[in-house]
Amino acid sequence: MKITGAQAIIKALEKENVNVIFGYPGAAICPFYNALYDSKITHILTRHEQGAAHAASGFSRATGKTGVCVATSGPGATNLITGIATAYMDSIPMVAITGQVSTELIGKDVFQEADITGATAPFCKNNYLVKDVKSLPRIIKEAFILAGSGRPGPVLIDVPVDVQNREFNFEYPETVDIRGYKPNYKGHPVQIKKIAEAVKKEKAPVICAGGGVVNSKATSELVKFAETCNIPVVTTLMGIGSMPCDHELNLGMLGSHGVYTANYAVHNADLVIIMGARVGDRAMGTASKIAERAEIIHIDIDPAEIGKNIAATIPVVGDVKMILDELLPIVQKGDVDKWTQTIKKIKAEHPLKYTFKEDSEFIKPQYFLKTLSEMAGENSIITTEVGQNQIWAANHYKINKPGTFISSGGMGTMGYGLPSAVGVKVGRPECRVITIAGDGSFQMSMQELGTIKQNKLGVKIVIFNNSRLGMVREIQKQRYCGRYSQVILNENPDFVKLADAYGFKGEHINKNSQVRDAIARMLEDDQPYILNCFVDPEEPTL
Amino acid sequence: MKGDVAMAKHLLSVLVENHAGVLSRVSGLFSRRGFNIDSLAVGVTENPDISRMTIVVDGDEYVVEQVSKQLNKLIDVIKLKKLDRSESLSRELALIKVKATATTRAEIIQIVEIFRAKIVDVSKSTLTIEISGGTDKVAALEDMLKQFGIKEIVRTGTIAIERGNRIIKPNKNEEE
Ligand SMILES: Cc1ncc(C[n+]2csc(CCOP(=O)(O)OP(=O)(O)O)c2C)c(N)n1
Ligand SMILES: [Mg+2]
Repeated sequence: MKITGAQAIIKALEKENVNVIFGYPGAAICPFYNALYDSKITHILTRHEQGAAHAASGFSRATGKTGVCVATSGPGATNLITGIATAYMDSIPMVAITGQVSTELIGKDVFQEADITGATAPFCKNNYLVKDVKSLPRIIKEAFILAGSGRPGPVLIDVPVDVQNREFNFEYPETVDIRGYKPNYKGHPVQIKKIAEAVKKEKAPVICAGGGVVNSKATSELVKFAETCNIPVVTTLMGIGSMPCDHELNLGMLGSHGVYTANYAVHNADLVIIMGARVGDRAMGTASKIAERAEIIHIDIDPAEIGKNIAATIPVVGDVKMILDELLPIVQKGDVDKWTQTIKKIKAEHPLKYTFKEDSEFIKPQYFLKTLSEMAGENSIITTEVGQNQIWAANHYKINKPGTFISSGGMGTMGYGLPSAVGVKVGRPECRVITIAGDGSFQMSMQELGTIKQNKLGVKIVIFNNSRLGMVREIQKQRYCGRYSQVILNENPDFVKLADAYGFKGEHINKNSQVRDAIARMLEDDQPYILNCFVDPEEPTL
Repeated sequence: MKGDVAMAKHLLSVLVENHAGVLSRVSGLFSRRGFNIDSLAVGVTENPDISRMTIVVDGDEYVVEQVSKQLNKLIDVIKLKKLDRSESLSRELALIKVKATATTRAEIIQIVEIFRAKIVDVSKSTLTIEISGGTDKVAALEDMLKQFGIKEIVRTGTIAIERGNRIIKPNKNEEE
């Protein structure tokens, strides 16, 4: 039976077990939306295409499935770009489908034409402009394979409107062979043996766990490895949740905004075992110094990450979980107890500390987050915005499960928190979803309150309101002699009135003594809520 | 001839899918990551679905390794091999239009013969010479012709192939 290209996309999505997509229509994608009308796939209409991409990303990170977003040609497609780039930097599986002007008009600069495959090439694992409807099934299959396998990432499919309308005999392939793509999952046995030898020999090892550990679902293997060999673990921002935060071997996040002990461990180790992390500058800005004193084991599924930012003495290409599975039976604890004792001592001497008064003028975000994580419990998923709010959350909210801390790491995209929370709540309605926002970032995506309202999504919104672009202000304070240039947001709206405009409950607080009761009220039900916390503009990030 | 080991020109032979957009993906990758391309030559292979690119990269070992790994990440890149200069043949083709007068014409023709190059076009005031060979040979001829006044040079960029029975195939390196 012949069906149209648009119907074929829907059928292919159904074959890929996609039941939710996020998007925004327009003329060039109308045939798709027309076919969607007859489908069981749930479509979440966001208020901006960037929100659709971020929501697909949040959905993916909370469910482990590939997120799907859809937009029209031209401005719809270009609005997706920040979301696609954000997903690319954090290796999030995503398929983006865009409408395009009719094939015969491509290149003529017609209304709403944009070269979206050209524009997104740097941020996509691969992308396609579909010129022949007959290639559509293969391309969609390839897109899902590429997005979700190896090192995951976004793939974009640009479908001209005439291709969406063309009829053809649809047949969806079970699988396809992509000859230029052969990800390697199994680590080389010789290299794995070398890891075991190094672990046995060195006296001051540390594990650095990144987002790859979360992606490969290797938490229990990581914990077992660390415990068996008594090796402390530090995480990157993307690695938060890869090891329970309350595990005594977990030292917390490393890097320029990280925890003292985590950085101490990495800079004093004689063996650094990097797993599923790309040694980004925010985490390991001093990579060459670290490599000078320590042996470096680098495990990553992407061979191009190995040797890029740090020279590895033992490079291992493969999936972290599969490699740990091979390693665990042969690994033996080394002579490390003295080192681990030292680390324990340093951890005790340098706790994440802050002082606060109950009867304050401002909320202490660190105290708020600690309290929130105690009260919200294990069944909660946190998303964050970017800025001081993100770092406070990374360091002070106690994350114990992988996939429950969702934040833009590599790109640091303001406006990610709220739409990603939309995706999380859609994907995991049984979970409590809380987004930790800054007043600046929140205003970059606050139109998504409409999406939350329309879809009855019980997203809890905490705004750390310092009426500032706090993190940039802090840079200006420290490095630009306090010349505060364009970082003051004195005319913020009343966020509780804004909540009210959407029919949500909300509350302002500014005293630490209010924190517990306010959180309790926020968490009382599964309705959207805005808790606006006034925070001292002078409050430091660390 | 082997160049300086640290900063050298490296030869990469790359099999890619023969479809629109591949060249821009490859060149985009070079500019995005700050790699220097010395030359890039592309043409279809014995299999019409596949093109071969010969890329000459300027850089140290770290750069070549990064270039290779990043190229391999492109889905359109099917196979990549770094060619050992002593184990491969490389050629480029150049067309050189040089000023020629009644007095210089004979001397130019003599130089062309020494280089085993060819005169492919003549006019009252110019000679157009075709030369193929290694980069050094082309450069040497160019150098010799400078004195007469070079009006225009067009070069293909280097192409290269392995010596002997080795071939680079999509799935594996084969010997036949
Ligand atoms: C899209 C985008 N634009 C600009 C920046 C640069 N930037 C990083 S943090 C920050 C301030 C964020 O302000 P706010 O959301 O209020 O967070 P705070 O630091 O005050 O907690 C800015 C502007 C960014 N990360 N993303
Ligand atoms: Mg702020």
